Amino acid sequence: MSQITTASGVSARPFSFLGLSRRRRSQMRGKWPVLVLFLPPALLLFTVFVILPMGEAAWYSFFNWNGYGLPTQWIGWKNYELVFKQSAFRNALVNNGLIILISICIQVPLAMWLATMVTRNIKGATFFRLIFFLPYVLADVAAGLIWRFVYDGEFGLVANIARAFGQTPPFWLADKQVAFYAVLAVIVWKYFGFHMMLFIAGLQSLDKSVLEAADIDGATGWQKFHRVTLPLLGSTVRLSIFFAVVGSLQLFDMIMPLTGGGPSNSTQTLVTFLFSFGVMRMQVGFGSAVGVILFIICVTLAFSYKRVFMKND
Amino acid sequence: MKLHFGRATRRTFMVALSAIALTAGVSASYAESTIKWMHLEQNPERLKTWQDIAAAYEASHPDVKIEFQFLENEAFKAKLPTLLQSDDAPSIFYTWGGGVLKEQSETGKIRDITAAMDADGGAWRNSISPAAVDGLSVDGKVYAAPFQSGLVSFFYSKALFEKAGIDATTIATWADFTAAVQKLKDAGITPIAGGGGDKWPLHFYWSYLAMREAGKAGFDAAKGGEGFQGEAFLKASQLMADLGKMEPFQDGYLGANWNDTQAVFADGRAAILLGFQDTPTPQTQANAATDGKGQPPENLGRFAFPLVEGGAGVITDDFGGLNGWVVSTAAPPETEDFLKFFTNVDNMSMMAEKNGTLPTTLGADVGVKDAALADSAAQMAKATWHQNFLDQDLGPNVGRVVNDMSVGIVSGEVSPEDALQQIQDAFSMEM
Repeated sequence: MSQITTASGVSARPFSFLGLSRRRRSQMRGKWPVLVLFLPPALLLFTVFVILPMGEAAWYSFFNWNGYGLPTQWIGWKNYELVFKQSAFRNALVNNGLIILISICIQVPLAMWLATMVTRNIKGATFFRLIFFLPYVLADVAAGLIWRFVYDGEFGLVANIARAFGQTPPFWLADKQVAFYAVLAVIVWKYFGFHMMLFIAGLQSLDKSVLEAADIDGATGWQKFHRVTLPLLGSTVRLSIFFAVVGSLQLFDMIMPLTGGGPSNSTQTLVTFLFSFGVMRMQVGFGSAVGVILFIICVTLAFSYKRVFMKND
Repeated sequence: MKLHFGRATRRTFMVALSAIALTAGVSASYAESTIKWMHLEQNPERLKTWQDIAAAYEASHPDVKIEFQFLENEAFKAKLPTLLQSDDAPSIFYTWGGGVLKEQSETGKIRDITAAMDADGGAWRNSISPAAVDGLSVDGKVYAAPFQSGLVSFFYSKALFEKAGIDATTIATWADFTAAVQKLKDAGITPIAGGGGDKWPLHFYWSYLAMREAGKAGFDAAKGGEGFQGEAFLKASQLMADLGKMEPFQDGYLGANWNDTQAVFADGRAAILLGFQDTPTPQTQANAATDGKGQPPENLGRFAFPLVEGGAGVITDDFGGLNGWVVSTAAPPETEDFLKFFTNVDNMSMMAEKNGTLPTTLGADVGVKDAALADSAAQMAKATWHQNFLDQDLGPNVGRVVNDMSVGIVSGEVSPEDALQQIQDAFSMEM
């Protein structure tokens, strides 16, 4: 819709509500029943299950409260101070950042590469598409348990491989320097299939004629990818990274069976930190403070990302 | 993103749910009480013993139905606060006593069973060990029916000790113990099975060392408000750090949960385990071992946690669990009667025999047939002090910090001073 900027700098629509044309007004009248019928249930559900709990969490975060009875001991910003003093919280923040970084640097390129492979008309492409997608279908908890066993230094696959090469088996999940990298490997393994699917969808919607034109112009395979495919896939890349960011902030189910956040809190994510320090310790006030911080991070990231990177998509 | 569902929301939701349930089931059952029994028992054989007792009660009380509800240990701890405040609260649930029970008692969601205990001239109360009743009481009010207690001791493999040339009977002090650890290492044997992944198995070490250093009086003063930064606690933490520096645990112990740890010991991959009283029973060994058999009882020995030189503690100061059943406010009135039945001598001696528990009901120890268990029971009978697990006794928050710090100290991650500071920080928040 076109906008007119008034002298004072305030933008105003060309027609005010009252000045709507007759046709538009009758259109609005036609929409009212729909609004009245369909908005309240959604609004009610959203309020009861989203807005209220969020407000409550924000309220609880100012109390020293263990979840029993009603919160009475108001402690102001103390919970927030405590959160930022926890080295485990800083670990969690860094880990969430690392997950995003690994997603962008390894997972997305890997997924894109595989997507370009399996969209070619070669034998077995559909089969590999399925194979690559399988880890994503697996439940997070199951994946965590499986990999805990794979990494086991006594009986696991990794231990047996190490022994086959005459090495002492490593205990990656027990080593705080290595544990998170082991977890990152599982994350890439688990989610690259999902990103690959996004890219397959993106590749399939590409205009073939552009690529044909590039062929006629004598572009090499790399030039075609670099100059044609990648720019056209831009929106898919941005979407894929967006999912990686959101996924990182939600990561919980897989970490718990895999490491439970240990050793020495080296594999905590924000959500596992919330669970171990808020829920398990019955520090509901503290946990709520973590929840509020997490919420602010989510909202800031989501909105700024959408505004900055996805505004044209 | 995970946010807590607020109480009001939950209430609304639960009301809606119960309304549906009510209209659906209004004609189904009346004049019948259902006791919902929430337990943590994973072993079907042990659960069977309970189910048999429940079935016997149901047979003599046709209007009472007993329903078993299972939650896994950690899930139980996490879910209970929410569950207790919902309309779907269990009638009876498991407790370890201590700070958690105290917090629960302050909510008004659990029942004071003192009156039931004292009815008929205190028939029920007098049938149970006074120390156990006392251990599950808050300010003189009984909040749970005790049924078993436990003792944490060192268990060792006789074969591996012999191989390293150690005589377990000579281990009286912590210095003797660390010397034995060194001998085992020299003999190429992993000395101790440790569970750093679950953390609490290592809090046993810190707790016992602190008990041996501070003694009952020092410990009570600390819990009473003096805090955990005194000389005794610092010494205990330093001993723990020194133990860690010897690298006495199996490879990867920081990732090992309790099951892994028990397997390390039962497979004979480590010589020592600081564990529960039932560690040497064939049942536990079979469950824990990778080969499904484990160590034969005759290969396993026990010794009490050694004394520290110059410490105020004595060898008869025990550390271990105490378990009971809490009755929620929502429970039917027959619940206390059922618990009285459950904890009677016959049932408890059957439990002792079949499940390898150490019953708190007086006279039920005739059921303790296993020699190793009887050995633990004999030590407990001489107890000058029975300290409950610290991660229970100090409440969920301080308790978990103690667990974290135990692992932190032993792995060299946190210095003894910093660890005590963190425990103190958490402790002062509670006070």
